[in-house]
Formats: sequence, structure tokens, C-alpha cells
Amino acid sequence: MSTDVEMGRIGHESDEGFDDPCFISKIREEMLKFARLQLRDEGMAEDAVQEALLAAHRNIAKFGRKSAFKTWVFAILKNKIIDLLRKNQREVSVSQLGNEESDVMDEVLFNQRGYWHADERPIGWSMPMESVKDEQFWLVFETCLNALPENLARVFMMREFVELESDEICQNLGLTTSNLHVMLYRSRLRLRECLENKWFRGGRE
Amino acid sequence: MMNCKQATRLLSESLDRPLSMKEKATLAMHTSMCSGCRNFGKQMGTIRQMSKQFAHEEHNDSTPD
Repeated sequence: MSTDVEMGRIGHESDEGFDDPCFISKIREEMLKFARLQLRDEGMAEDAVQEALLAAHRNIAKFGRKSAFKTWVFAILKNKIIDLLRKNQREVSVSQLGNEESDVMDEVLFNQRGYWHADERPIGWSMPMESVKDEQFWLVFETCLNALPENLARVFMMREFVELESDEICQNLGLTTSNLHVMLYRSRLRLRECLENKWFRGGRE
Repeated sequence: MMNCKQATRLLSESLDRPLSMKEKATLAMHTSMCSGCRNFGKQMGTIRQMSKQFAHEEHNDSTPD
């Protein structure tokens, strides 16, 4: 990770990549996937990606390396997504917010005394980070994300993908800390359960 | 004695805020006896790492050179 080397590379030779239509269209696809997941609205996702690409394109000359460009354009996209989520927060009704009330998953996973049902007790995942090298795994991961209720998916992605701190999310969405923590808990509980059933329990080929 | 529902809730929260000494102690007592919650705890960290990779799309970073 030598910046000197990277800086030294800024020049015509390394700019070639940006003329490659495949490079931009591939990035665009990745950005759309990312935006769609979080915004859950095709039109909003398209707009956010378009704006981010335009903003980045104006500054394309500053980027010597394709990976630096990609990091930057994703950073712009994240900001656009946060703006849009903030604007649309009014759509989140009070009933959708995480409250302390019990959740359907509670009964599925735990008995009345609050202990795991025998067949729901988490198993050990063997070499979990090996999975990330497998394209199939990411399809499962995406399926599990898409299965989350929308309000849970939103806070989960703000926390884990956009990497906002708890208080930033609370401010943006008008949630209390305890609301937010319950919602994050419920999304992780579901996501974990789904990954275990669909992948780690041998669902994989 | 803490049950699994409470333990998993704290294991999740430990990703979002620092736990108090008391919370850590009761949680440690629970996980020392409960393999399910021990696994759950490890998996919370794994899911965070996976999410990071997913968001940064490192997994299909095969941009043409």
C-alpha cells in the first residue's frame, strides 16, 4: 500500500482503464445492486447510481488507479443513499419501529423460558470466512438479506454496510438507542438463522 | 441466571456499544455453559466481517486489467 508508488502511477498509462466500457458498466452493475438492496426502489437506486457516477466522472482525471476510483464512487453512492433514506424516513411508521414487544422469531427460536429450542441451537460454522470465496455463498447471503423485513434491512445496512455509528442512525431515523439495538438484534438473529439453514447446515453443494 | 434470549441480545449489542462489567460477567457465565450462545457470539463477528466484504464487493472484484 505505498502511496508513493500509487501517486507515481498517475499518468496516461494507468488512465487507459477508464476508457474501457466494461469497467464502468461493471462498476455500475455493482453499484446498482448495492443501492437496490438498501433503497428497495428501482427508480431511486438508478438515480442514486447515476448521480454518483456523474459526480465521480467529473473528477476522473484525479484517479490513477481503477480501484481508487471505485472506492471513491462507492463513497459518493453511500452518501446519496443516506440522503435518500433520510428523506424517506417519514415512510417508516411507528408500528414498523422496533419496540420491546415480542417478535415472531422469538417463539420460533426460543422456548418459554428463553432457551434455544434444541433444533434451533446455533451449530459451529466451520471455516466461515472460506465461504466468502464462493460465488454461491454470496447468492445465499443476498437471499437472506432480501428476506429481512424492510425496516430491519434498512437499519442493518446502515450499520453494517454504510458503517454508521448507532447514534448517527438514531438521529437519521428518529429512533431511540434501545429501538435501534432491538432492530439490529432482530436482523442479526434472522440473518444468522438464514445463513445457517441455507449454507452452513450443508445446504451448499 | 441469564437465558439464551438475553444472552444473544447482549452478544448482538456488544457490536453496537461497550458492555458494562456486570453485563460482560453474566454473559461470560452464560456462554461458558452454553455452546449455542458461544457459537452465536462468534457468528456475530463473522456476519459483521461478511457484511463488510459484501458492501465493498471484494468478492467479485474481477475488473478487467
